[in-house]
Amino acid sequence: MESTATKPQFSEAAQAEIARICKQYPEERRKSAMLPVLHIAQAEFGGWVSPEVQDLVAEVLGVKPIEVYEVSSFYTMFNLKPVGKHVLEICRTGPCMLRGSDELTAQLERITGAKVGGPASEDGLFTLKEVECLAACGFAPIVQVREQYYEQLDTPEAVDAMLSELRNQVHRPALPWEETGLPNAVANN
Amino acid sequence: MGRKLLTEHINVEGIDTLEVYRKHGGYRSVEKALKTMTPDEVVEEVKKSGLRGRGGAGFPTGMKWSFLAKPEGVPRYLVCNADESEPGTFKDRQLMSKLPHLLIEGMITGSYALGANTSYIYIRGELLYVLRILEKAIAEAYAAGFLGKNILGSGYDLDLFVHPGGGAYICGEETALLESLEGKRGNPRNKPPFPAVQGLYARPTVVNNVESIAAVPVIVNEGGDEYAKIGVGRSTGTKLISACGHLNKPGIYEIELGLPVEEFIYSDEYCGGIWKGRELKAVVAGGSSVPILPKELILKTAAGENRLMTYESLSDGGFVTGTMLGSGGFIAMDETTCIVRNTWNFSRFYHHESCGQCSPCREGTGWMEKVLHRLEHGHGHMEDIDLLVSVAKQIEGNTICPLGEAAAWPVAAAVRHFRHEFEWHVTHAKEAAQPGAVYRANGVLV
Repeated sequence: MESTATKPQFSEAAQAEIARICKQYPEERRKSAMLPVLHIAQAEFGGWVSPEVQDLVAEVLGVKPIEVYEVSSFYTMFNLKPVGKHVLEICRTGPCMLRGSDELTAQLERITGAKVGGPASEDGLFTLKEVECLAACGFAPIVQVREQYYEQLDTPEAVDAMLSELRNQVHRPALPWEETGLPNAVANN
Repeated sequence: MGRKLLTEHINVEGIDTLEVYRKHGGYRSVEKALKTMTPDEVVEEVKKSGLRGRGGAGFPTGMKWSFLAKPEGVPRYLVCNADESEPGTFKDRQLMSKLPHLLIEGMITGSYALGANTSYIYIRGELLYVLRILEKAIAEAYAAGFLGKNILGSGYDLDLFVHPGGGAYICGEETALLESLEGKRGNPRNKPPFPAVQGLYARPTVVNNVESIAAVPVIVNEGGDEYAKIGVGRSTGTKLISACGHLNKPGIYEIELGLPVEEFIYSDEYCGGIWKGRELKAVVAGGSSVPILPKELILKTAAGENRLMTYESLSDGGFVTGTMLGSGGFIAMDETTCIVRNTWNFSRFYHHESCGQCSPCREGTGWMEKVLHRLEHGHGHMEDIDLLVSVAKQIEGNTICPLGEAAAWPVAAAVRHFRHEFEWHVTHAKEAAQPGAVYRANGVLV
């Protein structure tokens, strides 16, 4: 169906990165680039992959849109709904629970006003998401925000430090193929 | 103090750069293998070393390598499984982020041994920052002539790439990993055919854990026989243990296999005992999938012998009184830990991570999570306890991949060793549902 919204486009830098990635696989196996390209798409388009963005990924990889949808819905890292400026992924699995992840989640809900699994906080800054083991159990409890791990968040000071760092982040950190990070998107709940 | 074969230089400043890594003997195995050994000779050394897969299954690496089919003119692949996601395990993240060149060196030497000209490191998507570290190190290795065409003038070519996952525990299972690398959902494949015959792109493929591949350089440098001298019996060499939970000093420790469990937990050289001056209650010794053991059985076998950190000693007594070394994800729980709550947490994990292909796993993990949830929250019945055991039994052995077993074992073991605690959750439902309530033989701790 024709949409009135502008069709999303990858930036030139992202296009170059996608071209580099596609060369890593045999010519006829371009679909292999699915996950890396979805990661780029999520970073490029405000922290989530809309159906339009997924269609773009399908076009770039030369696959049918359904092949992208079935992948994006299988892997937990891809957000299929709009998110806040920062998505806080809180590890909830055993070893983190033993070191206070339940308390951490409650604390983050209290401070940000957002709820796990719900929409972003009213100021559009934070989305809270509980995730399974992040493989940093010795440094529990842990929160991941984009490519950054925040570890040992077992004191109010550590949590405050994380949140104020994020509040002051105007642009998300630049990725290797970018000169500067894109401005952080603010959720449109 | 045990020998550190992998992590000796892990804290050297700049060890993530090729220059510093070279100064500490890095890439010697590539020179030795490519200039003085045939691929089969490298495989032979790995066989002699007795190295067993460090991802959890413990299958001999050299034997796995020797199964690789080598049809004429068909490319074959070495794929590194860096999808570290087994709860309690965090060694590979540390190894790759601090010593990226060690893994790259192992990949080059290993790929040469297997005759692979393209190799991949499949890293879990959450570790994109480690992927950046690896890609930077790989670029250095290309520039120095350790990767690319005609490596060190040997005529051997190798390209090495890093591929991110997208957040799915199941992709640690090797055939799910290969599906994922092909750009699909991570649904495990039926076996046979095994990856050694039809793996990535239906071509012969070996999939090895990060730590297994990182052990290849030292095996090639020192010889398989030398490596095999470390350890006890069929548990040779060193192992990275990820220690977490209620320990004074959680972290990653490289141990010589054979270290007594008691020394590992209590000695200041390792975990330094249980935090806050508390008592140890239970341990999950090899990642969340392996059976939990109460303190008495993790420190000593049923026969009263000291339990050692080896494949054989930890599994002594089978699942009745023993467990497994697994991935080396060592989770310690103090006396204030509620076993029912912890088991529910693990069940929720497996339910969440089941790919949904096989009914026993898809439905069974959900049942176990629900039943454990109601027990933990004060709505359980006495029959629920046997129901859990029965569901676990019906999952086990009835699924395409081992996620079913991984989900069933922790539940069965928790009931086996802590049945009284489950019963208490029924007889004292109200108390048990209080936040922080924990059963103890002598009363309740709230």
